[in-house]
Amino acid sequence: MINLQSANVSYEGKTALHNISLQIRRGEKLALVGHSGSGKSSLLKLLYSKQKNNSALIPQEYGLVQNLSIFHNVYMGQLGRKPAWYNLLNLIKPLTEPVAAVNTILQSLQLNEKIFDPVATLSGGQQQRTAIARALYHNGKILLADEPVSSLDETQSKLVMKLLCSQFETLIFSLHDVDLALEFCDRVVGLSHGKIVINSLAKNLTRTELLELYAE
Amino acid sequence: MPNKALHFQHSQRWKISWLFVFIAMVCMVFSDLSINTYDPLTEFIKILSGLFHPSLNNISSPLDAVLQTISFAFLGVAMGSFAGFVLALFFNFKFIRISCALLRSVHELFWALIFLQIFGLHPITGLLALAIPYAATFAKVYAEIIEEGDQHAYNTIKNHSSIISAFFYARLPDLWPHFVSYTRYRLECGLRSSTVLGFVGLPTLGYYLNTAFLEGEYAQVWALLFLFYILIASIRYWVRAKLLPVYLFIAPFIIANDNVISFANISRFFSHDIIPSPIRNGESLTALWQWFSQLFLTEALPGIINTILLTQIALVLTGILALAWFPLISQLFFKRFGRLSGNAFLIIMRSTPEYILTFMLLILWGPSMLPAVIALGLHNAAIISHLMGDYSNKLNLRADISRGVNLYFYEVLPRIYGQFLAFLFYRWEIIMRETAILGILGITTLGFYIDSAIADIRFDKAMILIAITALLNVGVDALARFIRSRLRLKSTAECS
Repeated sequence: MINLQSANVSYEGKTALHNISLQIRRGEKLALVGHSGSGKSSLLKLLYSKQKNNSALIPQEYGLVQNLSIFHNVYMGQLGRKPAWYNLLNLIKPLTEPVAAVNTILQSLQLNEKIFDPVATLSGGQQQRTAIARALYHNGKILLADEPVSSLDETQSKLVMKLLCSQFETLIFSLHDVDLALEFCDRVVGLSHGKIVINSLAKNLTRTELLELYAE
Repeated sequence: MPNKALHFQHSQRWKISWLFVFIAMVCMVFSDLSINTYDPLTEFIKILSGLFHPSLNNISSPLDAVLQTISFAFLGVAMGSFAGFVLALFFNFKFIRISCALLRSVHELFWALIFLQIFGLHPITGLLALAIPYAATFAKVYAEIIEEGDQHAYNTIKNHSSIISAFFYARLPDLWPHFVSYTRYRLECGLRSSTVLGFVGLPTLGYYLNTAFLEGEYAQVWALLFLFYILIASIRYWVRAKLLPVYLFIAPFIIANDNVISFANISRFFSHDIIPSPIRNGESLTALWQWFSQLFLTEALPGIINTILLTQIALVLTGILALAWFPLISQLFFKRFGRLSGNAFLIIMRSTPEYILTFMLLILWGPSMLPAVIALGLHNAAIISHLMGDYSNKLNLRADISRGVNLYFYEVLPRIYGQFLAFLFYRWEIIMRETAILGILGITTLGFYIDSAIADIRFDKAMILIAITALLNVGVDALARFIRSRLRLKSTAECS
């Protein structure tokens, strides 16, 4: 469903991705691994630009509005599906129907107690879960997530990964935690200096092989 | 006990905004916002037709008016900047801070009205009218710059060198670019101020504008306004560091005139004119009290009430227009061409002094608070939306952002609203200072009573009314600072 042929990306003259060829099929769970600066985020952005319409996105820096409540930040996942007047009304006074829907999602992420707290008052982990909740509320066929569990502890990380895998058909993660990659994904793509150096099924890979990516 | 987080609560910013809107609506009930001219449309067409045939024919020497405007601005800002720098070094003394706040709270037009009585049309009148309030503002902003700068180098060497050499070696080189950029910016304000001082008699562009307005010569009005816009827009081409000494050397010769300072006048002003008349005539304390309460009830009080009414309405109008206008120059909402026209509109609105805008609208709509409210709203909103537009362009938004109305209300507005309120509250005091001044044009704010007292040669009353105006401004400034700190809003210093 996504097909990249020899793609190149550069920012301000610096090459971020070099000669990338990658096919992603429907229903796949794909992990992009590699140390920071290897091109994971750039590749994720490129993939997102190919599938804008039916993808949900969890950006690395969350992209939350600090002065709005958790509820409003999560609700933003569906802004495009409601008329503007409805959105404005909901901004001024949260409406019953979206509050109930958002609350269900927040319960699964253990955030429902803080539904109307401004995001600025939350911890890093709570902010990250808010961004995850927004992607869950957005829904869609594909999820693109850039380090979605980097600020969560191990138990929470697994809970969230499981939740995401059950809610989306196709998932593309950028992850630096190779254990999570091997546990939750079917295929792992390893990047180094903007090039693909590993591309194989998770069951054929070992932990040590992947850790070598970080060794240099 | 129910968890408070489970009930949606509006933020403090939301509540305070609606409080101000509510206050403004109450103020509108008590304000005269009517249109009093019989035929505003005909006058509007007359003004508009002047736009298409601008002419400088009846103005004896437009070049001289431009040179006078520049010279007064240069010298006034230079004097203010120098004095302000010295004052900034002593800004940790409370006395200096309070004096500066008081000097700043009196508008340059009021200073001009005072000095006209003392020095007549001698150039020193215009110079001091500019230099004094500018010095006080420079002192405050320079002191802020000094305070915020990096002090490590200074602390390292201050123990084994004199404070003065340590300052010039370890602080000034890093602070210098900030001083230059602010001073340069104030020079633009100075050109506006020097133009407006023409309305009370200085031979700058404002003098000719005043005459042209009063005679209904709109072709000249527009020609003069175009000159003014060209002057402002071209600043970066002719204000060069190397040319500054040349300008400052020539300027005194340009503004020199035949008026001589009369020392008899000066001493009469201080020893006679400004002494409250009951004291001057040796009357009792009861008479003095009666004189004062009469002045307070019949002039100061209505002036204060109208100044506050007008300020609060103009403040809210400024806020509404600024929120509506800032997308005009934001990359998030408009493409290049749209932004260019938006920018042109905002530049014209913010370069035109409120005083001139009000003058024009007064001609159209007749004397009421309406022209002043609209003029203050247009001018100040243009300044704030320019700053907010810039700010919105620096926002770091995620890739799956929505568009249009959703983008504006969900993503952009919540992110920049704090900054918006900071700018707006910063301009609150400036709007009030300007509101008082617009009284000179016949709107019954404090400036109206001050101007009438001066016209009746009752300087004792005028001085008391000016002092009351200053205290009102200081009060609003303190209130604005209180609200800003309560809402934890930060703002950088910007134009007055």
